[in-house]
Amino acid sequence: MSEVFTTAVMVAVVASAIRLAVPLLLASLGETFGQRSGVLNLGVDGMMLLGAFTGYYAVLKTGNVWLGLLAAGIVGLFLGLASAVIAVTLKAEQGISGIGIYLFGLGMSDLLFQKLVGTPIPIDTFPKVYIPILSDIPYIGEMFFQHSLVIYLAFAAIPVATFVINRTTFGMNIRAVGEYPDAADTLGVSVAGTRYATEIIGGTLAGLAGGVLAITLGIFQQNLTNGAGFIAIALVYFGNWRPTGIMLGALLFGFVNALVLELKTLEIIPRDLSNLAAMAPAIITILALVFVAKRFRAPSALTKPFTRGK
Amino acid sequence: MSINLNAKQRRWLAYSIPVLAVFAALLFGAIMLVLLGANPIEGYSEMFVGAFGSGDALIATLLKATPLLFVGTGIVIAFRAGVINIGAEGQMVLGGLFAAMAGLYLPEMPAIIMVPLVLLAGVLGGALWGWIPGALKAYYRVNEILSTIMLNIVAVQLMAYLLRGPLIDPAEIERGTRIPQTARLAESADLPILFGDRLHIGPVLAVLCAIATYYLLWRTPLGYRLRAVGLSEHAARYAGIPVRRTIALALTLSGALAGLAGAVLVFGSESHRMVTDGSTMGFTGGAGFNGIVAALLGGLHPLWTIPASFLFGGLIVGGQALQRAVQVPSALIVALNGLVVIFVVAADRYRAKLLSVDTREHPDMDADDEAATGMGAIHDAAPTGTDSYGQDEFGEGR
Amino acid sequence: MKRRSITLVVLIAVLALVAAACSSDDDGGDSGDFKVAIVAPSTANDLAFTQSIVDAANLLVENGTIGEVAVTGGMFVVDDAAVAIRDYASEGYDLVIGHGSQYGGSISEIAKDFPETSFAWGTSADTFGLANVYAYEAASDQGGRVMGLMAAALSSSDNVGIVGPIEVGDAKLYVDGFKAGVLAGKPSATVNVNYIDSFSDVALAAEAAQSLIGAGADVMSGTAQMVTGAIGVAKTEGVLWFGTQANQAELAPAIVVASQVYHWEHMLEEMVGNIKDGKLGGELYEITFANEGLVIEYNPDYDLSDDVKKLGDEAVQVFKDEG
Repeated sequence: MSEVFTTAVMVAVVASAIRLAVPLLLASLGETFGQRSGVLNLGVDGMMLLGAFTGYYAVLKTGNVWLGLLAAGIVGLFLGLASAVIAVTLKAEQGISGIGIYLFGLGMSDLLFQKLVGTPIPIDTFPKVYIPILSDIPYIGEMFFQHSLVIYLAFAAIPVATFVINRTTFGMNIRAVGEYPDAADTLGVSVAGTRYATEIIGGTLAGLAGGVLAITLGIFQQNLTNGAGFIAIALVYFGNWRPTGIMLGALLFGFVNALVLELKTLEIIPRDLSNLAAMAPAIITILALVFVAKRFRAPSALTKPFTRGK
Repeated sequence: MSINLNAKQRRWLAYSIPVLAVFAALLFGAIMLVLLGANPIEGYSEMFVGAFGSGDALIATLLKATPLLFVGTGIVIAFRAGVINIGAEGQMVLGGLFAAMAGLYLPEMPAIIMVPLVLLAGVLGGALWGWIPGALKAYYRVNEILSTIMLNIVAVQLMAYLLRGPLIDPAEIERGTRIPQTARLAESADLPILFGDRLHIGPVLAVLCAIATYYLLWRTPLGYRLRAVGLSEHAARYAGIPVRRTIALALTLSGALAGLAGAVLVFGSESHRMVTDGSTMGFTGGAGFNGIVAALLGGLHPLWTIPASFLFGGLIVGGQALQRAVQVPSALIVALNGLVVIFVVAADRYRAKLLSVDTREHPDMDADDEAATGMGAIHDAAPTGTDSYGQDEFGEGR
Repeated sequence: MKRRSITLVVLIAVLALVAAACSSDDDGGDSGDFKVAIVAPSTANDLAFTQSIVDAANLLVENGTIGEVAVTGGMFVVDDAAVAIRDYASEGYDLVIGHGSQYGGSISEIAKDFPETSFAWGTSADTFGLANVYAYEAASDQGGRVMGLMAAALSSSDNVGIVGPIEVGDAKLYVDGFKAGVLAGKPSATVNVNYIDSFSDVALAAEAAQSLIGAGADVMSGTAQMVTGAIGVAKTEGVLWFGTQANQAELAPAIVVASQVYHWEHMLEEMVGNIKDGKLGGELYEITFANEGLVIEYNPDYDLSDDVKKLGDEAVQVFKDEG
């Protein structure tokens, strides 16, 4: 067992955890905006898949990873807009419409990939950025300061999101609309407008998350996300609808996955039990919530469409 | 639309919406087919022939529709109680596992006992996997969306572990190939065949379950409680209904039906064993999600879910025929499924509006009509969050 | 309520009529044309398992041995595959190939219902004692061993990593062979094997590769269709790669040294010949170096030293001589 805790191994695990956490983090952050304003979007995985394919295809055709990311974000934006129309204007049942978006994204991304690309041709990935000085610190450097620009930006988004939600007017509107839409409406806040904005943010981030995933892996495949979008939704609840909580949740998930992978490589986990080990992140997440959830509270207006005068 | 329709025409329009939604989705599909260089008329006709155009096709459609109907019926129960059950995938897996284990470890018995026993095992497995999120929600306030998503993951891994380990076919170990599958399960547990080579009693069972659910929801006190909680938790609590337990029960029943779907999948399969390839939907084929679509198309009414599931089964079977015929991947059908959901759900408010006007003109609505207004009534009571009295769903203050 | 059910029924009836009117006659075709159908778990151009059999079948169409090939890929749900296999059999295909180890249970049942149709099951070595079932497999451990020897020679860190899907069938054969080859070349080398428990999770395969590289590997290999994720990581990290099932050089020309390519053509040709002669099954096939079913294809873009290549060629020759 002592082999596990050599510093080299732990360093690799932490670095891996950070990489695995990023798509979850971005998608979950997007969903948080939406849910804080009262809209539940279960279609995140579908949006991620379409973003992933778009990003992949754009990089394949242009060779530029940043253009790919941009394309992924734009596709996500439009999907977020569509989701807003469905949930806010058409006031559809949010739990179910999300599943529709998921199936649509799952099918379309697979279809487009099979027809437009076919053989999984690899694409370029994000270059690593070595932060001067910091990346040379033994161990810590490799863990935290040798990632791609995208990873740094993703984590930078967390304090930005926290700031936006807690200290800007827009953030206040989001929270108001999510808790007391009637009151917010009386005060002149546009409930629909705010929800449109958050859904668009949510969609864009989900698309970006997918793009990051595909470009980081350098490949696309049917159902690339393998349910990551749903995990991202679960993390919103896990993080108590706060960006920092979500970041911790994503890191926890990433860490447990990375650790299990490493333990399998070192054969500390016998092959027969590897599936049981793979359950670990999911079970830990539930248990963690069991012990902490008493203090958690969802936005009051979550999943309720708003009609003035109701 | 400022066309003035009378009550009868409004009802007609309202009931046609799911059908119109399917047509809209098919239209989109046709456009996609053209863009991909395929002939939509040829494609769709192959699709319909593949789904409904021959005895074999109809049988395939019925068999494909069976898990959809089971799951869909379960979804209806959950939704009527105000809970979203996205854990059907995991519940199907557990049902299949329990049923397979029963098939492996129960002593030889005549089919008339064996079949109900293994199916019952499946029901128990799914019920367990539905009960866990239900109980977690009721007693620990864990949101059911999180717990069902996590439990889906756990279920797939559990299945892989069991099928590669304790439950693996001993012949596989001998041969050294180690495919994750059980031994051929007891023949006496094979679902009895009704017709031809393959049509077993699964579809009949599913229809019976749907009918039974209708009676449960609208003709029993339990059903009344479920629906009451779904319509207004607050009012239900004041009426003395134990809200938490009812929600947990709804999830348990929903899981039980999904579990039955899994059991039927195992014992009705060609290979008569439980087998997977390790992927997330390798056993269920996505029926856990497609069942939601079927329930939706059926207006969240158990009886309408029957034709809806049949139609959906046809869509899926036809999709594979489409793939063979015009070389367009059946992934198109998955996307179309999604579109149907979106269109139906998006039009739902409009549908409720079309029907609710009737209510004022016809105050004595019967159960069917009330059911048909479906989601419109339900989602005024969200399963999470507080109501306007500042109390959360469990009646406790903030 | 009744109105809606009538609407649905009428709709379906009308559409079925339209469909019947429009659908093409699919019982056509010359009776002399040999029709082959392939049912596989992944897509036909996955640069791995499925591609190998589809390529082989297409070659046979080109040289006229068979008339047409129908492929249904993406059948990772076993029950769906079973439906496809049964459909093809009932549509009159002469040979229905179930290209997936997990299809065995289904084939053993379906084959009984279609005694006039020939079925082939791969990769496996079991024909269930049925007269109309062929079984085929690849001696992938042979190529594994050859490339393992080369990998050991090329590794300067004496650490080799292997990414596998589930420890099953063909994958297990290959991985075991590769590991044995490495250890035969350098008994003191470290070989780490990571089975990610999935045939499709590309992201996990990529992370597995990362963790293998983190543990010190500078040469890697792997098998099954999700391995493209691992190859991508190898490309980024500059780690050498040995491929199997199909020629994977185009995925990363700079680091793919060689691939063990499955050439099922000869086997298929023999099988089809047997079927035309009236023998519908009951035989086991294995592709090996000796019968040229397995070939090591070197990547021309990678500058392989002559010594190592010689090592590889000699190892292949050993198998050919045994053969």
